[in-house]
Amino acid sequence: MEETSQQFTRPIKTGADLIVKSLVDNDVEVLFSYPGGAVLPIFDSMYELDPPFSNILCRHEQGLAHAAEGYARVTGKPGVVLATSGPGATNTLTGIADAMLDSLPMIVLTGQVGTGVIGTDAFQEADVIGLTTPISKYNYQIKAVEDIPRIINEAFHIATTGRPGPVVIDVPKNISEAAVREEYSGDFYLPGYQPTVEPNISQIKRVVEAIAEAEKPVVLVGGGVNLADASKEFLEFVERYQIPVVNSLQGTGAFPGSHELALGMAGMHGTYAANMAINDSDLLINIGARFDDRLTGNLAFFAPNAKVAHIDVDPAEIGKNVKTDIPVVGDAKAALQALLEEETVEVTFAAWTQECLANKKRHPLWFKHQDERISPQWLIQEISERTDNQAIVVTDVGKHQMWAAQFYTQDKSNKFVSSGGLGTMGFGLPAAVGAQIGRPDDTVVLISGDGSIQMTIQELAAVRQYQLPVKIFILNNQTLGMVHQWQELIYSDRYAQSVLDGDLNPDFVKLAEAYGVKGIKVESEDQVPAMLDEVFGNRDAYVVEIMIPATEKVFPMVPAGKANTEMLGVDPL
Amino acid sequence: MKRIITATVENSSGVLNRLTGLFARRTFNIESITVGTTPDETISKMTFVVQVESAEEAEQLIKQLNKQIDVIKVNDITDLPIVKRELALIKVKVSKSTRPEVQSIIEPFRTNILDVSKNSITIEVTGNTSKVDALIDLLTPYGIIEVSRTGITAFPRGTK
Repeated sequence: MEETSQQFTRPIKTGADLIVKSLVDNDVEVLFSYPGGAVLPIFDSMYELDPPFSNILCRHEQGLAHAAEGYARVTGKPGVVLATSGPGATNTLTGIADAMLDSLPMIVLTGQVGTGVIGTDAFQEADVIGLTTPISKYNYQIKAVEDIPRIINEAFHIATTGRPGPVVIDVPKNISEAAVREEYSGDFYLPGYQPTVEPNISQIKRVVEAIAEAEKPVVLVGGGVNLADASKEFLEFVERYQIPVVNSLQGTGAFPGSHELALGMAGMHGTYAANMAINDSDLLINIGARFDDRLTGNLAFFAPNAKVAHIDVDPAEIGKNVKTDIPVVGDAKAALQALLEEETVEVTFAAWTQECLANKKRHPLWFKHQDERISPQWLIQEISERTDNQAIVVTDVGKHQMWAAQFYTQDKSNKFVSSGGLGTMGFGLPAAVGAQIGRPDDTVVLISGDGSIQMTIQELAAVRQYQLPVKIFILNNQTLGMVHQWQELIYSDRYAQSVLDGDLNPDFVKLAEAYGVKGIKVESEDQVPAMLDEVFGNRDAYVVEIMIPATEKVFPMVPAGKANTEMLGVDPL
Repeated sequence: MKRIITATVENSSGVLNRLTGLFARRTFNIESITVGTTPDETISKMTFVVQVESAEEAEQLIKQLNKQIDVIKVNDITDLPIVKRELALIKVKVSKSTRPEVQSIIEPFRTNILDVSKNSITIEVTGNTSKVDALIDLLTPYGIIEVSRTGITAFPRGTK
């Protein structure tokens, strides 16, 4: 390239420069990166070209990938990761698989050894294409410098359209070092990739006809409504027909949790009202959920009397788990707009709605205060009130995750960030870093556990480095709580390797302080209000260690293999 | 149930691996695969013969294949009027005394003899799977040294 690119002070000279330029061309605002030998040409190019995106350093490549997921979840933009070859690349795998299962747009650039030594077990060589093919939406290894603009443009297109997902680009070191001699085309060539966005109108009409014929309809809202930014259209649709709503874990916030028609989460740790509504319904309209087994329970007993309409942008999800009567392939927003454009049919589901709402009233989620000890559910309710149901809530994976989903009343779309499909412990802290970077003005609350937080606790360094005011709550039950609960209920109290009491856990307050983050420990309920005053009273990051009883369980619970109507612990025990 | 599925795909490295990986990951059992380029050298054609449990499973397989970025078109041609062929190379033992017998057996199969040695002949046979099976059955008593089968390649018949 002869001319100086408009953004940069010197001409584009190398493959690495082209990569940086292509990221800028794709409107990248934040890059989550960690340097290493195979990607040094790209880091050096960024040093020289000074691109207008910020570079965020996490302390482990798994952290980069989860931070990119958190960023993608709250902004709707792809999270972009740069890691080196070999161990750098393999460290991103958990985040890539996580983004794949939760359909988050992500671009992961990995370094690779030079093309001349690929396949020789060279230093820091790993087969990134082989490793990531089953866990990514697509992947590329760049073989020639002239392919860089096309491949990067295609990767962004694939990651962000249709069903979003992670795309991996493996960059051999000699390609990033290669000289750029002319301007190369960035035009797409994707003859096999044409996702369906607009729904088939005759299928949309069938959904409306099914509503007209139904007596007991229920709408299941999934993560697809969050990803498509379609919560406004969803609310309008629900209010037009006054249909009760249940949500999947990833659908949290897509419909306001405090809305009268919200029955809460369905599935293994769902509410009685939500599970009974699905069980008793004669029409189940699923918008953007993938009928995960944690939601359906035993498929043989799932929605036994319902006609099923399933709206999903990925045709392979329709009919995969649950037999579907009305398949609608399309983007959730486009489908909801099409549903709203149809003439409204006159229906009333008042009796049915009253039945659902009576269940909600009779069998609410519950907890008991144990002496002066802190009830985690109560604490989360308090946080929900303090933050006006408006905070970005990030969770790790375990009991605390389910309590957060149950007791934080999330009223806003794209503000619940949780690893659903893969169930990744260690997701929370780096995802909170990414979420806070993506939404600097929002309050970001991380609900974690003593087990989960220790998987990626080194990212406290990123919290301090970038002055991120993340409010980190570690619900410390001195166990791997969810495992412990299963061992108690299913494995006859045999707590193999799940107890972290005594000196098995670190002093989290000291650990926070070692990283330069304020730490507070609370052990009784009377300490909580003052703690919340302090934590939410300023813009500092906090690690709050909350001692909770190990015996506190997540209820209700559908034992694995059972029908969702066979819930344990619906009412106070 | 057996399904014959064809896929038109981009002719680039790793595509076959991607698709067989997809089959393995989702526990679909592949009976055979044939792959070759088309007159457009950027495009390849694959023919899969797959055992599935049900129509729903076949539908899911086709949806998963269609979802792949490199896949341009997928067809389940099992129930269409199709032409399908398999090629096999069979090396069979012969002695001076059995050679005429073997030759008389293979003649109605419209085979080609590709190689002759003192103790064996190598036969090329083309046809549907049952024809190839039948020939192998007939030759087995003489002692089959080696068989290499391509698996089925197929497409719909021309329209009238």
